[in-house]
Formats: sequence, structure tokens, C-alpha cells
Amino acid sequence: MNPFSYARPTRIEEAISLFGPQSRYIAGGTNLLDLMKENVERPEQLIDITQLPLKSIEETPEGGVRIGALVSNADLAWHALIERRYPLLAKAILAGASPQLRNMASTGGNLLQRTRCYYFYDSTVPCNKRERGSGCPARDGLNRIHAILGHSEQCIAVHPSDMCVALAALDAVVLVTGPQGERRVDFRDFHRLPGDQPERDNTLADGELITAIELPAAGYAEHSAYLKLRDRASYAFALVSVAAALEIDGGIIRSARIALGGVAHKPWRCTEAEDALVGEPAEQSAFEQAAQRILQGASGFEHNAFKIELSQRAIVRALTEATEGTAA
Amino acid sequence: MTDPSANTGGIATCSMTIMLNGESRALDVYPWTTLLDLLREQLDLTGTKKGCDHGQCGACTVLLNGKRINACLTLAIMHEDAELTTIEGLASDEALHPMQAAFVTHDAFQCGYCTPGQICSAVGMVAEGRAQSADEIREQMSGNLCRCGAYPNILAAIEAAMPETRNRVGVFESGAPSGGHDGVREVKP
Repeated sequence: MNPFSYARPTRIEEAISLFGPQSRYIAGGTNLLDLMKENVERPEQLIDITQLPLKSIEETPEGGVRIGALVSNADLAWHALIERRYPLLAKAILAGASPQLRNMASTGGNLLQRTRCYYFYDSTVPCNKRERGSGCPARDGLNRIHAILGHSEQCIAVHPSDMCVALAALDAVVLVTGPQGERRVDFRDFHRLPGDQPERDNTLADGELITAIELPAAGYAEHSAYLKLRDRASYAFALVSVAAALEIDGGIIRSARIALGGVAHKPWRCTEAEDALVGEPAEQSAFEQAAQRILQGASGFEHNAFKIELSQRAIVRALTEATEGTAA
Repeated sequence: MTDPSANTGGIATCSMTIMLNGESRALDVYPWTTLLDLLREQLDLTGTKKGCDHGQCGACTVLLNGKRINACLTLAIMHEDAELTTIEGLASDEALHPMQAAFVTHDAFQCGYCTPGQICSAVGMVAEGRAQSADEIREQMSGNLCRCGAYPNILAAIEAAMPETRNRVGVFESGAPSGGHDGVREVKP
């Protein structure tokens, strides 16, 4: 780790005014410190935001829930409101990382964790995400864990979060404060595809700080499922994950939300496939059609083409599990 | 990073206090000193192990305000006035903590390098009150790797020590989980 200065503000405005070109905010630190040990991140200043008043979970007047950015992943997953009304979110969080990491990692930080692409993490090899224009060894290298949707010539990395897959399916909103004031960002517009700017994981501007995540009232508590497929049973990143949420009335789908993890630079949604499910019976044939639609245009590389069929099967299985009813 | 003062870039140490194994300690730390390096290099508390130093193995697990965390992935300076319990702080007087005693009884290790982390993690897991069955314990202990493969005996030790450990959870005054299985766990403001 390189030397850096350290500040611990207690007010949001103070934190933002301290932010300079070589600053990073730190909360849980579980990803940032890891990247600093690898010299992927070399900040000159860390701004410790753990003393900011962003630790509450509250119901909103609109019937949803506002989650402070500093709520730990563990406290969020085990909060009574989340367990009861948004079991999809609780399950996704508990599918990720380890108990120790979930005790430290923050809600805001989970959105900002960076890809676990081996080449991004290895500062001795080229990587367009680390150094623009240097190249992408993953395209012709070890790409088992890489993207099959939305990738670019420049970058085939995937977003590593489980929590974000559920937040995408639940149409969460990200509350942000920065030098230009406050704004609300729809979850689908928060993360971005790599395109020709793979160094940018998301749409935050310099110095902007996530203050909260808002969930709308619809939590799909009766019919949701989070399915995570990985190389070992626990404590591994997803090869493919699916957050599936349905509203079903008399066997007919009234509303559908499907988000995929482990397949793209951001949690993947396909609203055309979701819309096409509305009015259909909640049965395998409809699920298979949705799965095909979602993976239309997918393309793999030498070691990860299996993810295309795996994703389709995972979507069908997750929708089937959601139809059967949210598991306890 | 065994010598944190090798290249300081002109940045000085900061003073802080921490409640370590029941004792208040005044410390001077560089901002980049991890909690793990503070324990091992500055305080000579080498019971907490450095395995991967990247949060993947769990050998550095300690209890911070009663909750288990990876000491390698947090900065010491971020924990002013926190209550920290390491493997050295679990035993009382000459008596082992029930989880330590159970690891001995059940031969729950071979080389022993992961053991302090396993034990601290298991104590933290019992305090969380979320794991009951063998499968749940395995899942909730998945952040602690044992390359010798002593998992069956680790599981047996934890199962044996759970009731007595649960009775002692109250020792973590601040940040103590509500325990129980009612699913209600308030987030403190």
C-alpha cells in the first residue's frame, strides 16, 4: 500500500468538500483496501465516511424502504423489514461473500465494488479498465468468469455483486450527493456497460457519494427467488446468478422482473422479455421463451460460452422456484 | 507490509485508543496500518494469523464490537474506541473459552494455522444466532478455510460448544447481537 493521508469527517458536506482528484471514500474497505494492496488503487487521501449519519433503515411515505449507505450487508440482510418484504434482497446478500465480509461491507460500497477479473487485479499485465488503451488479455486468455452480454472490444469484465442483481430486479433508486448537489439515479442507469470507457464502472461523477438506496413498495415477497451458480457451494463469485420476481394471479403472470449477475459489466435486465411474460401462464414454456429472449445476442469466448445455456437454464429454474413461492 | 514506517511519504502517525481484550490501549498508528498488522507487528499479539491478507481465508478473524471481521481488510485508524477481542482475549484466567476447549477435545485442527480464526469466527457466529443445523454452520463458517481439511472435526467442536458459548455471548457489551431466532435485528442509528 502506498502512503496516504486520512480524514474522518462527521458531516456529508464536509466529506464532499474534502474530496480531491486523488481521494477515495472508504467505508467497509473490504474491496478498496484489497485493491490498494495490489497497487490497483493508489489514493493519496482516504476519507473515512463511517461517522456520517447514514446508518438507518426507514420506511418511506411511498410505502418503500430507504436504506442508509453505511448499513452493513449483514445488518441489511437480517433486518426484519427486508426479510419480510424484500426476501429477494436478503437472499442475494447472503449468497455473497462471507459472514466476516458482510459484517464490514457497506450498502453503498457493495454497488462500488470492482470486477474480480484476474487481469484487472494483476497490475503487471495490461488492462483497459486499469489503464486506458493498454489492451485486454482476458479476450484471448482465461475468460471462464467473464461476460457473455454487453461486452465490448475493450473489456469483457463482469460486475461481481449479488446484492446489486436483486436491487436491479427490484427497481431500486440510488440517492447520491456531490459537489453539484443531490440526485436520484434509477438502478439501471447507475452501472454502465464498458463500451470504449471501461475504466468507468458507473455513472457517478468525481466526489459524488452514495447516501442511500430506496426500494419501491413492490417487494415481490410472495414469488421471488435468487439462484446463484458457482464453482463451489459457498463463498465464491457467481458464474451466473438470477434474481427472479413475479406477481401471479390465478396462475397468470401479472408482473415479472428478471435480473442476471455474472454475465455482464452490470446487472442485466431485459424488459422486453419481462413484458412478454405478462398475461402468460406461469409455466415452463413461457419461462423458456423468456430465457431465450434474454440471451438473444449473447456471445461467449473460449472458456465461457457454456454460460449462455447455463443462464437460460438458470432463468427457467429461478422462475419456477419463484412461482412455487418464496422459500423460507 | 511488515515495516509500516519504511516509506511514510512525510505522513505522520496518528494517536488513537482502542479497548483490546478488555484493556484500554493508547496507540500511534500510520493511516495505512491494517488492524491485522497493528496486532501482529506493533502489539506482538501473533495469535491472529496472516494467511492470504486479502479476506479470502479467514485466518485473521477477530471480534470487533462483538462482530467477526477480517482484520486484514480494515485499517486500525478507523476503529478509535472500538472494543476488540482477539484469540488471546477469549480465555478467562487459566480457563479456556468453551469453543477453545471443544476444538482441543474434538481434535479440530492439524497444523493449527487457521485455528484462531476458526475459533473467533465460531464465537461470532454463535452470537449472531443464525446457524443451528450442521448445514447452516457449514454455510456460516464458509469464510474460514482449513487447508488441512479438518472440517468434520471443526463442525463437531462448534456443535458441542454452541450451548455454552451462547450463554457467554453477553460478554460483548457493545454491539451485542439480539441473539434469538425471531429475525428481528435493529440497526443502531
